[in-house]
Amino acid sequence: MTVLLEAKNLHITFGAVKAANGVDLHIDEGEFLAIIGPNGSGKTTFLNLCTGYIRPSEGEVYLDGKPITRLPPRTIARKGIARAFQIPQLFLDQTVLTNLMLAIASREGLWQVGKALGRPAYRDEAMALLAMFNLADCAPTLASTLPEGRRKLVDIAIALALKPRLVLLDEPTSGVSALERFALMETLMGALRQAKVSALFVEHDMDVVERYADRVVVWEAGRVMAEGKPEAVFKDARVIENVIGVA
Amino acid sequence: MPLLPLATGAIIALVAATFAFPWLEFVLTLAIAKGLAALGVAILLRGGLISIGHAMFFAIGAYATAFAMRDFGITDVFALILISAIISLVAGLLIGAFVVRYRAIFFAMLNLAISMVLFSLLSKFYGVTGGTDGLRVGTPTVLGMVLEAKGFATFLFYAAIAAMVLAGLAVNAYFKSPLGEALSAVHTNEIRLEYLGIPVRGVLLVAYGLSALLAGIGGTFAAMTIGHVLPDMAYWTDSGHLVLVAVLGGISGIGGPFVGAAFLELVHTLAAGVTDAWNMIVGAALLGVIFFLPKGLIGFIRPTKKGDLA
Ligand SMILES: Nc1ncnc2c1ncn2[C@@H]1O[C@H](COP(=O)(O)OP(=O)(O)OP(=O)(O)O)[C@@H](O)[C@H]1O
Ligand SMILES: [Mg+2]
Repeated sequence: MTVLLEAKNLHITFGAVKAANGVDLHIDEGEFLAIIGPNGSGKTTFLNLCTGYIRPSEGEVYLDGKPITRLPPRTIARKGIARAFQIPQLFLDQTVLTNLMLAIASREGLWQVGKALGRPAYRDEAMALLAMFNLADCAPTLASTLPEGRRKLVDIAIALALKPRLVLLDEPTSGVSALERFALMETLMGALRQAKVSALFVEHDMDVVERYADRVVVWEAGRVMAEGKPEAVFKDARVIENVIGVA
Repeated sequence: MPLLPLATGAIIALVAATFAFPWLEFVLTLAIAKGLAALGVAILLRGGLISIGHAMFFAIGAYATAFAMRDFGITDVFALILISAIISLVAGLLIGAFVVRYRAIFFAMLNLAISMVLFSLLSKFYGVTGGTDGLRVGTPTVLGMVLEAKGFATFLFYAAIAAMVLAGLAVNAYFKSPLGEALSAVHTNEIRLEYLGIPVRGVLLVAYGLSALLAGIGGTFAAMTIGHVLPDMAYWTDSGHLVLVAVLGGISGIGGPFVGAAFLELVHTLAAGVTDAWNMIVGAALLGVIFFLPKGLIGFIRPTKKGDLA
Protein backbone atom coordinates (compact mmCIF):
# COMPACT_ATOMS: atom_id res chain seq x y z
CA MET A 1 0.00 0.00 0.00
CA THR A 2 1.24 3.47 -0.85
CA VAL A 3 0.52 6.22 1.58
CA LEU A 4 -1.45 9.02 -0.05
CA LEU A 5 -1.88 11.54 2.74
CA GLU A 6 -0.05 11.62 6.00
CA ALA A 7 -0.40 13.89 9.05
CA LYS A 8 2.39 14.00 11.60
CA ASN A 9 2.06 15.42 15.09
CA LEU A 10 -0.44 18.16 14.26
CA HIS A 11 -1.18 20.71 16.95
CA ILE A 12 -3.56 23.63 17.01
CA THR A 13 -5.14 25.42 19.95
CA PHE A 14 -8.19 27.72 19.94
CA GLY A 15 -8.19 29.65 23.18
CA ALA A 16 -8.21 26.95 25.82
CA VAL A 17 -9.34 24.20 23.42
CA LYS A 18 -6.71 21.87 22.00
CA ALA A 19 -8.56 21.02 18.79
CA ALA A 20 -5.55 19.08 17.48
CA ASN A 21 -3.21 17.70 20.07
CA GLY A 22 -0.61 15.58 18.31
CA VAL A 23 -2.57 14.02 15.46
CA ASP A 24 -0.77 11.21 13.62
CA LEU A 25 -2.71 9.69 10.79
CA HIS A 26 -2.29 8.37 7.27
CA ILE A 27 -4.56 7.28 4.50
CA ASP A 28 -3.52 4.80 1.84
CA GLU A 29 -4.28 5.01 -1.82
CA GLY A 30 -7.67 3.49 -2.55
CA GLU A 31 -8.60 3.29 1.11
CA PHE A 32 -11.93 4.27 2.69
CA LEU A 33 -11.06 5.64 6.10
CA ALA A 34 -13.73 6.62 8.61
CA ILE A 35 -13.29 9.04 11.49
CA ILE A 36 -15.62 8.80 14.46
CA GLY A 37 -15.57 10.74 17.68
CA PRO A 38 -17.68 12.89 19.98
CA ASN A 39 -18.81 16.42 19.10
CA GLY A 40 -16.08 18.96 19.44
CA SER A 41 -13.28 16.39 19.42
CA GLY A 42 -11.58 18.09 16.46
CA LYS A 43 -12.65 16.03 13.43
CA THR A 44 -13.58 19.01 11.28
CA THR A 45 -10.48 20.81 12.50
CA PHE A 46 -8.42 17.93 11.15
CA LEU A 47 -10.00 18.36 7.69
CA ASN A 48 -9.31 22.10 7.93
CA LEU A 49 -5.66 21.35 8.70
CA CYS A 50 -5.33 18.89 5.82
CA THR A 51 -6.72 21.32 3.28
CA GLY A 52 -4.77 24.42 4.27
CA TYR A 53 -7.77 26.26 5.66
CA ILE A 54 -5.97 26.57 8.98
CA ARG A 55 -2.28 26.02 9.68
CA PRO A 56 -1.06 23.89 12.52
CA SER A 57 1.15 25.49 15.15
CA GLU A 58 3.26 22.36 14.98
CA GLY A 59 3.44 19.30 12.72
CA GLU A 60 3.22 18.64 8.99
CA VAL A 61 0.80 17.24 6.44
CA TYR A 62 2.28 15.31 3.49
CA LEU A 63 0.71 14.40 0.18
CA ASP A 64 2.69 11.75 -1.73
CA GLY A 65 5.46 12.33 0.80
CA LYS A 66 5.72 16.05 0.06
CA PRO A 67 4.69 18.65 2.63
CA ILE A 68 1.54 20.63 1.85
CA THR A 69 1.12 22.16 5.29
CA ARG A 70 1.58 25.81 4.31
CA LEU A 71 -0.20 25.73 0.97
CA PRO A 72 -3.52 27.56 0.54
CA PRO A 73 -6.74 25.55 -0.02
CA ARG A 74 -6.83 26.26 -3.75
CA THR A 75 -3.36 24.83 -4.31
CA ILE A 76 -4.18 21.74 -2.30
CA ALA A 77 -7.45 21.37 -4.22
CA ARG A 78 -5.46 21.52 -7.45
CA LYS A 79 -3.30 18.67 -6.19
CA GLY A 80 -6.35 16.45 -6.08
CA ILE A 81 -7.89 16.75 -2.61
CA ALA A 82 -11.58 17.67 -2.71
CA ARG A 83 -13.80 18.36 0.24
CA ALA A 84 -17.47 18.17 1.08
CA PHE A 85 -18.35 20.25 4.09
CA GLN A 86 -20.25 19.53 7.28
CA ILE A 87 -22.27 22.67 6.54
CA PRO A 88 -22.79 22.68 2.76
CA GLN A 89 -20.85 25.37 0.94
CA LEU A 90 -22.71 26.33 -2.20
CA PHE A 91 -22.97 29.33 -4.51
CA LEU A 92 -26.37 30.37 -3.23
CA ASP A 93 -27.28 32.93 -5.90
CA GLN A 94 -26.72 30.44 -8.69
CA THR A 95 -28.54 27.35 -9.85
CA VAL A 96 -27.57 23.86 -8.77
CA LEU A 97 -26.54 23.20 -12.36
CA THR A 98 -24.23 26.23 -12.43
CA ASN A 99 -22.76 25.19 -9.08
CA LEU A 100 -21.75 21.87 -10.60
CA MET A 101 -20.62 23.28 -13.92
CA LEU A 102 -18.31 25.68 -12.12
CA ALA A 103 -16.70 22.75 -10.33
CA ILE A 104 -16.32 20.85 -13.59
CA ALA A 105 -14.93 23.89 -15.41
CA SER A 106 -12.45 24.57 -12.64
CA ARG A 107 -10.60 21.36 -13.52
CA GLU A 108 -9.46 23.03 -16.74
CA GLY A 109 -8.96 26.39 -15.06
CA LEU A 110 -11.31 29.29 -15.66
CA TRP A 111 -9.20 31.24 -18.11
CA GLN A 112 -11.24 30.20 -21.10
CA VAL A 113 -12.16 33.45 -22.75
CA GLY A 114 -15.21 33.53 -24.97
CA LYS A 115 -16.51 30.07 -24.09
CA ALA A 116 -19.79 29.73 -22.22
CA LEU A 117 -19.88 27.83 -18.96
CA GLY A 118 -23.14 26.24 -20.07
CA ARG A 119 -21.57 24.36 -22.99
CA PRO A 120 -23.01 20.91 -23.68
CA ALA A 121 -20.00 18.95 -22.42
CA TYR A 122 -20.13 20.59 -18.99
CA ARG A 123 -23.90 20.50 -18.86
CA ASP A 124 -24.08 16.79 -19.66
CA GLU A 125 -21.44 15.88 -17.14
CA ALA A 126 -23.16 17.96 -14.47
CA MET A 127 -26.56 16.43 -15.23
CA ALA A 128 -25.10 12.92 -15.05
CA LEU A 129 -23.67 13.66 -11.62
CA LEU A 130 -26.94 15.15 -10.43
CA ALA A 131 -28.87 12.16 -11.75
CA MET A 132 -26.58 9.89 -9.78
CA PHE A 133 -27.74 11.57 -6.57
CA ASN A 134 -31.38 11.81 -7.72
CA LEU A 135 -31.00 15.56 -8.00
CA ALA A 136 -31.77 15.98 -11.69
CA ASP A 137 -34.99 17.85 -11.00
CA CYS A 138 -33.08 20.35 -8.84
CA ALA A 139 -30.80 21.42 -11.69
CA PRO A 140 -32.58 24.74 -12.45
CA THR A 141 -33.25 25.52 -8.78
CA LEU A 142 -31.38 28.33 -7.06
CA ALA A 143 -29.10 26.76 -4.48
CA SER A 144 -30.45 29.13 -1.81
CA THR A 145 -33.93 27.65 -2.11
CA LEU A 146 -32.88 24.00 -1.70
CA PRO A 147 -33.81 22.18 1.49
CA GLU A 148 -30.89 21.37 3.76
CA GLY A 149 -30.70 17.66 2.96
CA ARG A 150 -30.40 18.35 -0.75
CA ARG A 151 -27.78 21.03 -0.23
CA LYS A 152 -25.70 18.41 1.47
CA LEU A 153 -25.93 16.14 -1.58
CA VAL A 154 -25.11 18.96 -3.98
CA ASP A 155 -22.09 19.78 -1.86
CA ILE A 156 -20.90 16.18 -2.17
CA ALA A 157 -21.58 16.17 -5.92
CA ILE A 158 -19.44 19.31 -6.27
CA ALA A 159 -16.55 17.56 -4.53
CA LEU A 160 -16.87 14.58 -6.88
CA ALA A 161 -17.10 16.85 -9.93
CA LEU A 162 -13.50 17.86 -9.27
CA LYS A 163 -12.41 14.28 -10.03
CA PRO A 164 -10.12 14.24 -7.01
CA ARG A 165 -7.68 11.56 -5.90
CA LEU A 166 -8.83 11.93 -2.34
CA VAL A 167 -12.15 13.21 -1.10
CA LEU A 168 -12.75 14.40 2.45
CA LEU A 169 -16.39 14.01 3.46
CA ASP A 170 -17.52 15.69 6.67
CA GLU A 171 -20.58 13.77 7.88
CA PRO A 172 -21.95 12.99 4.41
CA THR A 173 -25.08 11.33 5.75
CA SER A 174 -25.94 13.88 8.44
CA GLY A 175 -28.71 15.63 6.50
CA VAL A 176 -30.14 12.39 5.19
CA SER A 177 -32.88 10.32 6.81
CA ALA A 178 -31.89 6.99 8.31
CA LEU A 179 -33.86 5.25 5.58
CA GLU A 180 -31.97 6.89 2.71
CA ARG A 181 -28.60 6.72 4.38
CA PHE A 182 -27.53 3.39 2.95
CA ALA A 183 -28.81 4.18 -0.52
CA LEU A 184 -26.72 7.35 -0.50
CA MET A 185 -23.61 5.59 0.78
CA GLU A 186 -24.09 2.82 -1.78
CA THR A 187 -24.18 5.39 -4.61
CA LEU A 188 -21.33 7.43 -3.20
CA MET A 189 -18.98 4.58 -2.41
CA GLY A 190 -19.80 2.86 -5.70
CA ALA A 191 -18.82 5.99 -7.58
CA LEU A 192 -15.63 6.44 -5.56
CA ARG A 193 -14.60 2.83 -6.01
CA GLN A 194 -15.21 3.00 -9.74
CA ALA A 195 -13.18 6.18 -10.13
CA LYS A 196 -10.50 4.81 -7.77
CA VAL A 197 -10.86 7.74 -5.42
CA SER A 198 -9.67 7.39 -1.85
CA ALA A 199 -12.00 8.71 0.81
CA LEU A 200 -11.86 9.94 4.35
CA PHE A 201 -15.26 10.39 5.92
CA VAL A 202 -16.35 11.66 9.28
CA GLU A 203 -19.42 9.70 10.32
CA HIS A 204 -21.65 9.33 13.34
CA ASP A 205 -23.62 6.31 12.14
CA MET A 206 -21.75 3.21 13.32
CA ASP A 207 -23.63 0.92 10.93
CA VAL A 208 -22.48 3.03 8.00
CA VAL A 209 -18.91 2.93 9.26
CA GLU A 210 -19.00 -0.80 9.79
CA ARG A 211 -20.34 -1.44 6.32
CA TYR A 212 -18.20 0.99 4.27
CA ALA A 213 -14.94 1.75 6.04
CA ASP A 214 -11.79 -0.29 5.44
CA ARG A 215 -10.39 1.22 8.60
CA VAL A 216 -11.73 3.48 11.32
CA VAL A 217 -9.98 6.07 13.45
CA VAL A 218 -11.47 7.12 16.76
CA TRP A 219 -11.01 10.75 17.71
CA GLU A 220 -10.99 12.12 21.18
CA ALA A 221 -9.99 15.55 22.46
CA GLY A 222 -7.90 16.45 19.43
CA ARG A 223 -6.09 13.17 18.94
CA VAL A 224 -6.43 9.64 17.68
CA MET A 225 -7.48 7.39 20.53
CA ALA A 226 -7.90 4.09 18.70
CA GLU A 227 -7.77 2.78 15.16
CA GLY A 228 -8.15 -0.42 13.20
CA LYS A 229 -10.74 -2.51 11.36
CA PRO A 230 -14.27 -1.42 12.33
CA GLU A 231 -15.25 -4.79 13.80
CA ALA A 232 -12.18 -4.81 16.05
CA VAL A 233 -12.40 -1.17 17.09
CA PHE A 234 -16.08 -1.41 17.97
CA LYS A 235 -15.25 -4.16 20.48
CA ASP A 236 -12.72 -1.98 22.25
CA ALA A 237 -14.10 -1.21 25.74
CA ARG A 238 -12.65 2.31 25.82
CA VAL A 239 -14.22 3.13 22.49
CA ILE A 240 -17.59 1.78 23.55
CA GLU A 241 -17.49 3.82 26.71
CA ASN A 242 -16.17 7.11 25.30
CA VAL A 243 -17.53 7.28 21.78
CA ILE A 244 -20.23 4.87 20.87
CA GLY A 245 -21.96 5.48 24.16
CA VAL A 246 -22.16 9.23 23.46
CA ALA A 247 -22.36 9.47 19.70
CA MET B 1 -33.51 35.66 -28.13
CA PRO B 2 -36.20 38.31 -27.55
CA LEU B 3 -33.45 40.58 -26.24
CA LEU B 4 -31.79 41.11 -29.57
CA PRO B 5 -34.79 42.75 -31.30
CA LEU B 6 -35.37 44.76 -28.13
CA ALA B 7 -31.82 46.11 -28.11
CA THR B 8 -31.91 46.75 -31.86
CA GLY B 9 -35.22 48.58 -31.48
CA ALA B 10 -33.82 50.72 -28.68
CA ILE B 11 -30.81 51.71 -30.77
CA ILE B 12 -32.95 52.57 -33.79
CA ALA B 13 -35.13 54.68 -31.51
CA LEU B 14 -32.02 56.49 -30.24
CA VAL B 15 -30.89 57.30 -33.74
CA ALA B 16 -34.36 58.37 -34.84
CA ALA B 17 -34.64 60.64 -31.81
CA THR B 18 -31.49 62.53 -32.80
CA PHE B 19 -33.02 63.25 -36.19
CA ALA B 20 -36.04 64.77 -34.50
CA PHE B 21 -34.05 66.57 -31.82
CA PRO B 22 -30.45 67.20 -32.95
CA TRP B 23 -29.43 68.46 -29.48
CA LEU B 24 -29.95 64.88 -28.27
CA GLU B 25 -26.82 63.77 -30.11
CA PHE B 26 -24.54 65.38 -27.54
CA VAL B 27 -26.64 64.26 -24.58
CA LEU B 28 -26.84 60.66 -25.74
CA THR B 29 -23.15 60.39 -26.61
CA LEU B 30 -22.36 61.54 -23.11
CA ALA B 31 -24.98 59.15 -21.71
CA ILE B 32 -23.35 56.23 -23.51
CA ALA B 33 -19.93 57.31 -22.24
CA LYS B 34 -21.22 57.29 -18.67
CA GLY B 35 -23.18 54.11 -19.36
CA LEU B 36 -19.91 52.37 -20.28
CA ALA B 37 -18.43 53.42 -16.94
CA ALA B 38 -21.60 52.38 -15.10
CA LEU B 39 -21.43 49.00 -16.82
CA GLY B 40 -17.95 48.67 -15.34
CA VAL B 41 -19.38 49.44 -11.91
CA ALA B 42 -22.17 46.90 -12.52
CA ILE B 43 -19.59 44.20 -13.25
CA LEU B 44 -18.08 44.69 -9.81
CA LEU B 45 -21.52 44.72 -8.21
CA ARG B 46 -21.94 41.19 -9.55
CA GLY B 47 -19.03 40.16 -7.41
CA GLY B 48 -20.64 41.95 -4.47
CA LEU B 49 -18.16 44.85 -4.58
CA ILE B 50 -19.17 48.50 -4.60
CA SER B 51 -16.58 50.92 -5.91
CA ILE B 52 -17.11 54.55 -5.01
CA GLY B 53 -14.07 55.57 -6.98
CA HIS B 54 -14.63 54.44 -10.50
CA ALA B 55 -14.83 57.96 -11.86
CA MET B 56 -11.03 57.87 -11.53
CA PHE B 57 -10.83 55.51 -14.50
CA PHE B 58 -13.25 57.70 -16.41
CA ALA B 59 -10.88 60.58 -15.71
CA ILE B 60 -7.83 58.49 -16.59
CA GLY B 61 -9.35 57.66 -19.98
CA ALA B 62 -10.27 61.31 -20.53
CA TYR B 63 -6.87 62.73 -19.53
CA ALA B 64 -5.05 60.04 -21.51
CA THR B 65 -6.86 61.36 -24.56
CA ALA B 66 -6.00 64.96 -23.74
CA PHE B 67 -2.32 64.15 -23.09
CA ALA B 68 -2.01 62.02 -26.20
CA MET B 69 -3.27 64.92 -28.30
CA ARG B 70 -1.35 67.68 -26.57
CA ASP B 71 1.97 65.97 -25.84
CA PHE B 72 2.24 63.34 -28.56
CA GLY B 73 0.34 65.01 -31.36
CA ILE B 74 -1.91 62.00 -31.85
CA THR B 75 -5.14 63.10 -33.45
CA ASP B 76 -6.74 59.97 -34.89
CA VAL B 77 -9.90 59.09 -33.03
CA PHE B 78 -9.30 55.33 -33.13
CA ALA B 79 -5.72 55.69 -31.95
CA LEU B 80 -6.91 57.91 -29.10
CA ILE B 81 -9.55 55.40 -28.02
CA LEU B 82 -7.02 52.58 -28.16
CA ILE B 83 -4.40 54.47 -26.15
CA SER B 84 -6.92 55.52 -23.50
CA ALA B 85 -8.25 51.97 -23.30
CA ILE B 86 -4.80 50.50 -22.76
CA ILE B 87 -3.83 53.09 -20.16
CA SER B 88 -7.03 52.67 -18.17
CA LEU B 89 -6.74 48.88 -18.33
CA VAL B 90 -3.17 49.02 -17.01
CA ALA B 91 -4.21 51.48 -14.30
CA GLY B 92 -7.10 49.18 -13.41
CA LEU B 93 -4.85 46.15 -13.09
CA LEU B 94 -2.31 48.03 -10.96
CA ILE B 95 -4.87 49.54 -8.59
CA GLY B 96 -6.93 46.35 -8.72
CA ALA B 97 -4.01 44.19 -7.60
CA PHE B 98 -4.10 46.20 -4.39
CA VAL B 99 -7.81 46.74 -3.76
CA VAL B 100 -9.14 43.22 -4.55
CA ARG B 101 -7.69 42.11 -1.24
CA TYR B 102 -10.45 44.05 0.48
CA ARG B 103 -14.20 43.62 0.72
CA ALA B 104 -17.34 45.53 1.57
CA ILE B 105 -16.88 48.99 3.07
CA PHE B 106 -13.07 48.73 2.96
CA PHE B 107 -13.12 48.11 -0.78
CA ALA B 108 -15.57 50.97 -1.34
CA MET B 109 -13.54 53.40 0.79
CA LEU B 110 -10.18 52.42 -0.71
CA ASN B 111 -11.48 53.13 -4.19
CA LEU B 112 -12.83 56.42 -2.95
CA ALA B 113 -9.50 57.32 -1.34
CA ILE B 114 -7.45 56.49 -4.42
CA SER B 115 -9.80 58.43 -6.67
CA MET B 116 -9.50 61.46 -4.40
CA VAL B 117 -5.72 61.25 -4.60
CA LEU B 118 -6.02 61.30 -8.36
CA PHE B 119 -8.43 64.23 -8.16
CA SER B 120 -5.91 66.20 -6.09
CA LEU B 121 -3.06 65.39 -8.44
CA LEU B 122 -5.10 66.52 -11.43
CA SER B 123 -6.09 69.73 -9.64
CA LYS B 124 -2.69 70.65 -8.24
CA PHE B 125 -0.17 69.85 -10.96
CA TYR B 126 -1.10 72.86 -12.96
CA GLY B 127 1.90 72.65 -15.28
CA VAL B 128 1.04 69.18 -16.49
CA THR B 129 -2.70 68.86 -16.04
CA GLY B 130 -3.89 72.41 -16.40
CA GLY B 131 -5.03 72.32 -12.78
CA THR B 132 -8.65 73.07 -12.04
CA ASP B 133 -9.02 74.65 -15.49
CA GLY B 134 -8.42 71.27 -17.05
CA LEU B 135 -7.28 70.77 -20.61
CA ARG B 136 -8.84 71.46 -23.94
CA VAL B 137 -9.38 68.54 -26.29
CA GLY B 138 -9.40 69.49 -29.95
CA THR B 139 -11.47 67.81 -32.61
CA PRO B 140 -9.75 64.53 -33.53
CA THR B 141 -9.33 63.33 -37.09
CA VAL B 142 -11.04 60.22 -38.44
CA LEU B 143 -8.65 57.97 -40.39
CA GLY B 144 -6.81 61.01 -41.71
CA MET B 145 -9.96 62.99 -42.49
CA VAL B 146 -10.38 66.35 -40.85
CA LEU B 147 -14.03 66.83 -39.91
CA GLU B 148 -15.65 70.03 -38.75
CA ALA B 149 -16.94 69.97 -35.18
CA LYS B 150 -20.53 69.22 -36.14
CA GLY B 151 -19.61 66.33 -38.42
CA PHE B 152 -17.28 64.89 -35.84
CA ALA B 153 -19.98 65.04 -33.16
CA THR B 154 -22.27 62.97 -35.37
CA PHE B 155 -19.48 60.53 -36.14
CA LEU B 156 -18.73 60.21 -32.44
CA PHE B 157 -22.37 59.51 -31.64
CA TYR B 158 -22.36 56.53 -34.00
CA ALA B 159 -18.96 55.43 -32.74
CA ALA B 160 -20.35 55.53 -29.19
CA ILE B 161 -23.27 53.34 -30.24
CA ALA B 162 -20.84 50.89 -31.82
CA ALA B 163 -18.73 50.90 -28.65
CA MET B 164 -21.84 50.29 -26.57
CA VAL B 165 -22.87 47.33 -28.72
CA LEU B 166 -19.39 45.81 -28.70
CA ALA B 167 -19.01 46.32 -24.97
CA GLY B 168 -22.45 44.85 -24.38
CA LEU B 169 -21.68 41.73 -26.38
CA ALA B 170 -18.28 41.30 -24.76
CA VAL B 171 -19.58 41.73 -21.23
CA ASN B 172 -22.50 39.43 -21.95
CA ALA B 173 -20.09 36.73 -23.12
CA TYR B 174 -17.96 37.38 -20.04
CA PHE B 175 -20.92 36.97 -17.69
CA LYS B 176 -21.73 33.62 -19.27
CA SER B 177 -18.13 32.39 -19.29
CA PRO B 178 -16.70 30.35 -16.42
CA LEU B 179 -14.83 33.41 -15.22
CA GLY B 180 -17.99 35.53 -15.16
CA GLU B 181 -19.96 32.86 -13.33
CA ALA B 182 -17.10 32.58 -10.86
CA LEU B 183 -17.45 36.33 -10.25
CA SER B 184 -21.07 35.86 -9.17
CA ALA B 185 -19.90 32.97 -7.02
CA VAL B 186 -17.37 35.17 -5.20
CA HIS B 187 -20.31 37.10 -3.88
CA THR B 188 -21.84 34.11 -2.11
CA ASN B 189 -19.04 31.71 -1.24
CA GLU B 190 -15.36 32.49 -1.51
CA ILE B 191 -14.47 29.46 0.55
CA ARG B 192 -16.07 27.02 -1.87
CA LEU B 193 -14.42 28.81 -4.77
CA GLU B 194 -10.99 28.39 -3.18
CA TYR B 195 -11.77 24.74 -2.55
CA LEU B 196 -12.45 24.34 -6.27
CA GLY B 197 -8.89 25.47 -6.84
CA ILE B 198 -9.96 28.88 -8.14
CA PRO B 199 -7.98 31.97 -7.08
CA VAL B 200 -10.63 34.40 -5.88
CA ARG B 201 -8.35 37.42 -6.21
CA GLY B 202 -7.57 36.49 -9.79
CA VAL B 203 -11.27 36.35 -10.59
CA LEU B 204 -11.78 39.76 -9.00
CA LEU B 205 -8.74 41.27 -10.68
CA VAL B 206 -10.07 40.35 -14.12
CA ALA B 207 -13.40 41.94 -13.20
CA TYR B 208 -11.68 45.03 -11.89
CA GLY B 209 -9.46 45.39 -14.95
CA LEU B 210 -12.45 45.01 -17.24
CA SER B 211 -14.46 47.56 -15.28
CA ALA B 212 -11.58 50.06 -15.43
CA LEU B 213 -11.22 49.46 -19.15
CA LEU B 214 -14.90 50.22 -19.75
CA ALA B 215 -14.79 53.32 -17.56
CA GLY B 216 -11.66 54.51 -19.40
CA ILE B 217 -13.29 54.09 -22.80
CA GLY B 218 -16.27 56.01 -21.46
CA GLY B 219 -13.85 58.74 -20.36
CA THR B 220 -12.23 59.10 -23.77
CA PHE B 221 -15.65 59.44 -25.40
CA ALA B 222 -16.63 62.05 -22.84
CA ALA B 223 -13.39 63.99 -23.44
CA MET B 224 -13.95 64.04 -27.19
CA THR B 225 -17.64 64.94 -26.91
CA ILE B 226 -17.19 67.73 -24.41
CA GLY B 227 -13.91 68.92 -25.91
CA HIS B 228 -12.52 69.48 -22.44
CA VAL B 229 -11.30 67.46 -19.49
CA LEU B 230 -11.57 68.55 -15.87
CA PRO B 231 -10.32 67.15 -12.52
CA ASP B 232 -13.99 67.07 -11.50
CA MET B 233 -14.33 64.00 -13.70
CA ALA B 234 -12.51 62.07 -10.95
CA TYR B 235 -14.45 63.65 -8.09
CA TRP B 236 -16.17 61.24 -5.73
CA THR B 237 -19.67 62.51 -6.46
CA ASP B 238 -19.18 61.40 -10.05
CA SER B 239 -18.19 57.97 -8.76
CA GLY B 240 -21.35 57.97 -6.69
CA HIS B 241 -23.36 58.86 -9.79
CA LEU B 242 -21.95 55.83 -11.60
CA VAL B 243 -23.16 53.53 -8.82
CA LEU B 244 -26.49 55.32 -8.84
CA VAL B 245 -26.81 54.95 -12.60
CA ALA B 246 -26.00 51.24 -12.44
CA VAL B 247 -28.54 50.55 -9.70
CA LEU B 248 -31.13 52.84 -11.28
CA GLY B 249 -30.89 51.13 -14.64
CA GLY B 250 -30.55 47.64 -13.26
CA ILE B 251 -27.51 45.47 -12.77
CA SER B 252 -28.91 42.12 -13.80
CA GLY B 253 -27.98 42.57 -17.44
CA ILE B 254 -25.93 44.76 -19.72
CA GLY B 255 -28.68 47.14 -20.86
CA GLY B 256 -29.45 48.56 -17.43
CA PRO B 257 -26.46 50.87 -16.98
CA PHE B 258 -27.11 52.46 -20.38
CA VAL B 259 -30.80 52.92 -19.64
CA GLY B 260 -29.89 54.43 -16.28
CA ALA B 261 -27.29 56.75 -17.80
CA ALA B 262 -29.67 57.92 -20.54
CA PHE B 263 -32.36 58.58 -17.94
CA LEU B 264 -30.00 60.57 -15.75
CA GLU B 265 -28.58 62.67 -18.58
CA LEU B 266 -32.04 63.38 -19.98
CA VAL B 267 -33.50 64.37 -16.62
CA HIS B 268 -30.44 66.52 -16.03
CA THR B 269 -30.71 68.27 -19.37
CA LEU B 270 -34.49 68.68 -19.44
CA ALA B 271 -35.08 69.50 -15.80
CA ALA B 272 -32.04 71.73 -15.35
CA GLY B 273 -33.61 74.18 -17.81
CA VAL B 274 -36.83 74.39 -15.85
CA THR B 275 -35.84 73.95 -12.24
CA ASP B 276 -32.67 73.31 -10.30
CA ALA B 277 -34.37 70.49 -8.44
CA TRP B 278 -33.23 67.81 -10.87
CA ASN B 279 -31.38 66.03 -8.12
CA MET B 280 -34.73 65.60 -6.39
CA ILE B 281 -36.23 64.03 -9.49
CA VAL B 282 -33.31 61.63 -9.76
CA GLY B 283 -33.59 60.84 -6.06
CA ALA B 284 -37.31 60.14 -6.34
CA ALA B 285 -36.70 57.91 -9.37
CA LEU B 286 -34.08 55.97 -7.44
CA LEU B 287 -36.47 55.46 -4.54
CA GLY B 288 -39.15 54.28 -6.93
CA VAL B 289 -36.75 51.82 -8.50
CA ILE B 290 -35.54 50.43 -5.20
CA PHE B 291 -39.08 49.89 -3.92
CA PHE B 292 -40.95 48.89 -7.06
CA LEU B 293 -38.42 47.74 -9.65
CA PRO B 294 -35.70 45.75 -7.94
CA LYS B 295 -34.30 44.87 -11.35
CA GLY B 296 -33.96 48.54 -12.22
CA LEU B 297 -35.54 50.70 -14.91
CA ILE B 298 -34.72 47.99 -17.41
CA GLY B 299 -37.32 45.88 -15.60
CA PHE B 300 -39.93 48.05 -17.39
CA ILE B 301 -38.78 46.91 -20.79
CA ARG B 302 -37.44 43.50 -20.04
CA PRO B 303 -39.85 41.31 -18.14
CA THR B 304 -38.28 38.75 -15.86
CA LYS B 305 -38.14 35.30 -17.41
CA LYS B 306 -39.04 32.32 -15.38
CA GLY B 307 -35.87 30.75 -14.05
CA ASP B 308 -33.96 33.90 -14.91
CA LEU B 309 -30.46 33.29 -13.65
CA ALA B 310 -29.46 36.90 -13.53
N1 LIG C 1 -11.86 28.41 13.92
C1 LIG C 1 -12.08 28.09 15.21
N2 LIG C 1 -11.97 29.04 16.17
C2 LIG C 1 -12.18 28.73 17.48
N3 LIG C 1 -12.51 27.52 17.92
C3 LIG C 1 -12.63 26.55 17.02
C4 LIG C 1 -12.44 26.77 15.63
N4 LIG C 1 -12.64 25.61 14.96
C5 LIG C 1 -12.94 24.71 15.90
N5 LIG C 1 -12.94 25.25 17.13
C6 LIG C 1 -13.17 24.53 18.40
O1 LIG C 1 -12.38 23.38 18.35
C7 LIG C 1 -13.08 22.27 18.85
C8 LIG C 1 -13.15 21.17 17.81
O2 LIG C 1 -14.07 21.58 16.80
P1 LIG C 1 -14.40 20.70 15.53
O3 LIG C 1 -15.38 21.46 14.72
O4 LIG C 1 -13.15 20.30 14.87
O5 LIG C 1 -15.10 19.43 16.19
P2 LIG C 1 -15.82 18.21 15.49
O6 LIG C 1 -15.19 16.99 16.00
O7 LIG C 1 -15.87 18.39 14.03
O8 LIG C 1 -17.30 18.33 16.11
P3 LIG C 1 -18.72 17.99 15.47
O9 LIG C 1 -18.94 16.53 15.62
O10 LIG C 1 -19.67 18.79 16.31
O11 LIG C 1 -18.70 18.44 14.07
C9 LIG C 1 -14.44 22.77 19.32
O12 LIG C 1 -14.37 23.05 20.67
C10 LIG C 1 -14.60 24.05 18.51
O13 LIG C 1 -15.41 24.96 19.21
MG1 LIG D 1 -17.33 18.62 12.66
